[in-house]
Amino acid sequence: MPAERAKGMVPDNNRGDRSEGKVCSLWRDVWERLKQNKAAIAGLFLVAVITLAAVFAPLITKYDPGVQLVWTQGPDAQLVPPGTDHWFGTDIYGRDIYSRVVYGARVSLQIGVASTIISVVIGVILGAMAGYYGGLVDDIISWLTNVIFAFPFLLFVLALVAYLPPGLPLMYAAIGIVNWAGVARIVRGQVLSAREKEYVEAATVVGGSDVRVIVKHILPNILAPVIVQATLGMGSIIMLESSLSFLGFGIQPPTPSWGYEIDQGRQYLLAGAWWWSAFPGFAIMALVLGFNLLGDGLRDALDPKQNVGEGR
Amino acid sequence: MEAFYGRRSVLTNYVFRRLLAVIPVIVGVIAVVFILTSIVPGDPARLMVGQRGDPATIQKLREDLGLNRPLWQQFIDFFKGVVTLDLGRSYRTRMPVIQAIAERLPITARLALASMALAVTSGVTLGMVAALKQNSMLDYGSMIAALIGISAPSFWVGIMLVVLFCVQLRWIPGTGTGDGSWIYLVLPALTLGMRPAALIARLTRSGMLEVLGQDYIRTARSKGLTEKAVIIGHALKNAMIPVITVVGTGMAEMLGGAIVVEKLFSLPGVGRLGIEAILNRDFAIIRGQVLFMALIFVVTNLLVDLSYPLFDPRIKYGRTWRRE
Repeated sequence: MPAERAKGMVPDNNRGDRSEGKVCSLWRDVWERLKQNKAAIAGLFLVAVITLAAVFAPLITKYDPGVQLVWTQGPDAQLVPPGTDHWFGTDIYGRDIYSRVVYGARVSLQIGVASTIISVVIGVILGAMAGYYGGLVDDIISWLTNVIFAFPFLLFVLALVAYLPPGLPLMYAAIGIVNWAGVARIVRGQVLSAREKEYVEAATVVGGSDVRVIVKHILPNILAPVIVQATLGMGSIIMLESSLSFLGFGIQPPTPSWGYEIDQGRQYLLAGAWWWSAFPGFAIMALVLGFNLLGDGLRDALDPKQNVGEGR
Repeated sequence: MEAFYGRRSVLTNYVFRRLLAVIPVIVGVIAVVFILTSIVPGDPARLMVGQRGDPATIQKLREDLGLNRPLWQQFIDFFKGVVTLDLGRSYRTRMPVIQAIAERLPITARLALASMALAVTSGVTLGMVAALKQNSMLDYGSMIAALIGISAPSFWVGIMLVVLFCVQLRWIPGTGTGDGSWIYLVLPALTLGMRPAALIARLTRSGMLEVLGQDYIRTARSKGLTEKAVIIGHALKNAMIPVITVVGTGMAEMLGGAIVVEKLFSLPGVGRLGIEAILNRDFAIIRGQVLFMALIFVVTNLLVDLSYPLFDPRIKYGRTWRRE
């Protein structure tokens, strides 16, 4: 194993595929290191299982998440405890909680992925501009980053959501708009140090335009911390979405969402129906834990010495 | 060794620079809050009166609220208001926004302080024990607990705590503020303090592990100091720097992020005020609260920055990006 790793680290001197070869061996190397890390693999497993469940939800559930069995089976279908027919029990309307948890993963992952993409795109563009151009551009973008950082995440998104008409795409945008600052800060620092490197100087000397130098030469080399930040950020966005829907400002019912289920179920705790709140909570924990473990593992695998900030 | 005066001037410079750096951020915060709350799709006056309000009432309200004036004039008024601590009046109750926040603040502040005290004591203890007994069952146990603490949604853990302590064991009478006794604060503080406790435990552990390998620890030991003196006096103090950052940002976030816990435990704090304002479309309160929270955050961060030299005199006070 160490021999392979060492082999991967040797720069490929073949001019034709130099950049491709380097990227390839870097990622193979990262994967080798990631495989050694049991916690990271556990995280990857959790994320993969939940993602597959969300994608193939109709195949692995017996009941539609919206079907209220109370209409067909009467009160017997209400608040059924977990058993062979309903693995996670049913709610007060006789809906299958297992189905609702599985379908709820779709909302969480959709918001996580879409908002992360938005915040990474904004963060990379602004961070790269700040780091590359410096001067006034840097001052303005850094100032904006600090201003955005001053707002508490949840309250800021809540206020945005209050002003926007309800709907998923606007929620992606609201979270993405608030969340880009962490990425921008990391990218700026990375670009700032990459700018001084010889390969950037070389690319500039041969007449590469600013955009070309940033996109073709700098960005591929600073991808690692961005990926780590994005992975860890997925966890916090999923947590945020569940808090929003717990507060009643998330996805509108009847679309199943984990936070909303927890809030609904909490009213029946005194009646002994613990399962309604408990299982969606486990699901959130599993998915967030998965992203956190994977993010930590990626950070170690991509660069053991690099210390990426905690982010938000 | 630097001369006394030289060191003082470096410190004064640092404090001065930090204070100056805060001003543009505060101006930016005020601008963002204004923009956020001014580009409302729809007319706040109409939203407040409702769809069936007659045009004359809406027009009167618009004039009362100053909504008929040009945007830049509204911004200058808003800015002036913030500087003179006048955030306007609630659209609903007509109470000054500052007063509405001030009335609710003691409950949230008490909760935040209790949670942070709990988080610091448990987090630092867990992290220290884990570092000192590295790779033991104790270490693994605390770090798994910390990982769960970071990954579990606090409101869900809160619900489970209520089920356990209020419903099953009946140790705690219930939610709300009750007669104001401390017992009602236990579960909300546990719920809110869980995440920062977990973060602090992880940071303390990694900080301690890093510090314990340093030369000056070996020096301290070889001087014949007791293990307790080495750990508390030398190692812990140096491992505390990242922890202070978490305490600072955590305090600020709790004052704004107690929203979920306040809803869960029916506490009439600042977070609840925000939720009620959003539900009632009371834009003056929303605007005031977002601004208030952001300003608290900026001030807390400034205090955190200013406290660094107390813990680590070597910190270089060069131009840095905040919270590096």
